[in-house]
Amino acid sequence: MLTASNLSKRFGDKRVFERVDVSLAAGDFLLVTGPNGSGKTTLLRVLAGLAAPTSGELQLPARELVGYLGHEPLVYRELTPLENLQLFASLYRVPERGERIGMLLERFGLWEVRRQRVQTFSRGMQQRLGICRLLLHDPQLLVLDEPFNALDAAGAELLDGTLEELAARAVVVATHDPDRVGHLATERLAFA
Amino acid sequence: MRYFADVVALARKDLLLELRAKETVPAMLLFVLAALTIFHFVTPGGTKHVATLGLLWTALVFTALLGLTRAFVPEREQGLMDALVLAPCDRSTIWLAKSIAVLAFLGLAEVIALPAFGLFFSGVGWETVAAVALADVGICAVGTLTGAMAVAGRARELILPLLFLPLAIPVVVGGVGASVGAGSHYLGFLALYDAIFGLLAWATFEFVVSET
Repeated sequence: MLTASNLSKRFGDKRVFERVDVSLAAGDFLLVTGPNGSGKTTLLRVLAGLAAPTSGELQLPARELVGYLGHEPLVYRELTPLENLQLFASLYRVPERGERIGMLLERFGLWEVRRQRVQTFSRGMQQRLGICRLLLHDPQLLVLDEPFNALDAAGAELLDGTLEELAARAVVVATHDPDRVGHLATERLAFA
Repeated sequence: MRYFADVVALARKDLLLELRAKETVPAMLLFVLAALTIFHFVTPGGTKHVATLGLLWTALVFTALLGLTRAFVPEREQGLMDALVLAPCDRSTIWLAKSIAVLAFLGLAEVIALPAFGLFFSGVGWETVAAVALADVGICAVGTLTGAMAVAGRARELILPLLFLPLAIPVVVGGVGASVGAGSHYLGFLALYDAIFGLLAWATFEFVVSET
C-alpha cells in the first residue's frame, strides 16, 4: 500500500526529519507521536502525496485510494455539508453518492444540519464533516493529522469506533494523545 | 466527459461561493465605477476619445486584478487546495473552473462598466466590446495561473500583480489597438494570445499546484 525508505525532508537548512522508513500494508496502523514542531505534519503530508520528500524512495497508492485529514477539516465554510460532500463525491466519482453521503451525515450527527452553512458550525462539527469528507470515497490509505482535535467526547468516541472499523485499511495517525488510539497501533514512529 | 463534469462541479462551487459571500463581484463593480468616475474628473474637457479608451482599459485590467486577488481566497484560508489537489481529477480542471468563474465575475463587472464609460465619456464600438471579450479570456487564463502561483508564496498580495501585470501588457496592447480602430488585426492578436497563453496555463497548472 505504502512504502517509504530513507525519507528525508529539509526546508532550506532546516532538517525536518531524516532517514524515515515506513512500510504499510492493508491492516497496518502507524501511530506517529512527538512534540510540536517535530515534523509529524510534514511527514504526514509527504505520506499523503501532498509534499515531496527531499530525498528517499516513496511509493504511494493512486490518489483515489488516499484519504487525508489535516489540521483543517478541508471543507468550504460557505457551503452546506450536503454541498461539500456532493462536490467531493463528484470529484472522487463515488458510486451511489446520495446513499453514501446520507449514511455518513447520519453517522456523524450532521443530518439535521445538512442544509446549514458550515460557517455556522462549531469547530467540532466542522471536524466531523471533515471526517465525513475523508471517508466519503472509502479510501484504502487514511492519513489523519491530529484527528481528535476539537472533537467533543461523543465525536471522539465516534472516531474511535470508526478507526476500529477501518482495521482492514492502512492507517497513519499523528496525535499528541497516543493513549487514545495506541491499542490500534501495529507500528509506531516517535519523533523527538 | 469526466473532465468537463469535474470542471462544471468546480465552477459551480466557485459561483455558489460568490453567490453566498457576495464579496468579489460587488468589490469589482465598486472599483471599476470609482475608477471611471475618477478618470472622468481628472481628464480635461476635450480629451480625445482614443485617450479615454486607454483609461477604460486601465480600469478593466485593474478590476480584473482585484477579482484575481480574491480567486483563491477560500482555498488559501481554509487549506482547501490540499483537498482539491488530492482529488483524482485532472488538476487542470481546477484552473479551468476557476478561470470560468473569474471570467463570469469580470463579465458582470463589465456589463456595468461599459455603459458607465459611455455615460462618462462616449459610447464604445463593437470592436471594443469584441476586444474586451477576447481580452477577458486571456486575462482570466493567465491571471488564474499567476493567482495559483501567488497563493503558494508568502507575499501573495505583492506577487500576483508582479506576475500578472507584465503578462497582461500584450492584452492591453491588443485591446487598445482594437478599440482605436485597427480592428481585425488586433482582435486576431488577442485571439492568438488567448490560444497560446490559455494552452500554456492549462499545461503548466499541474506543476504550479503540486509539490510532488
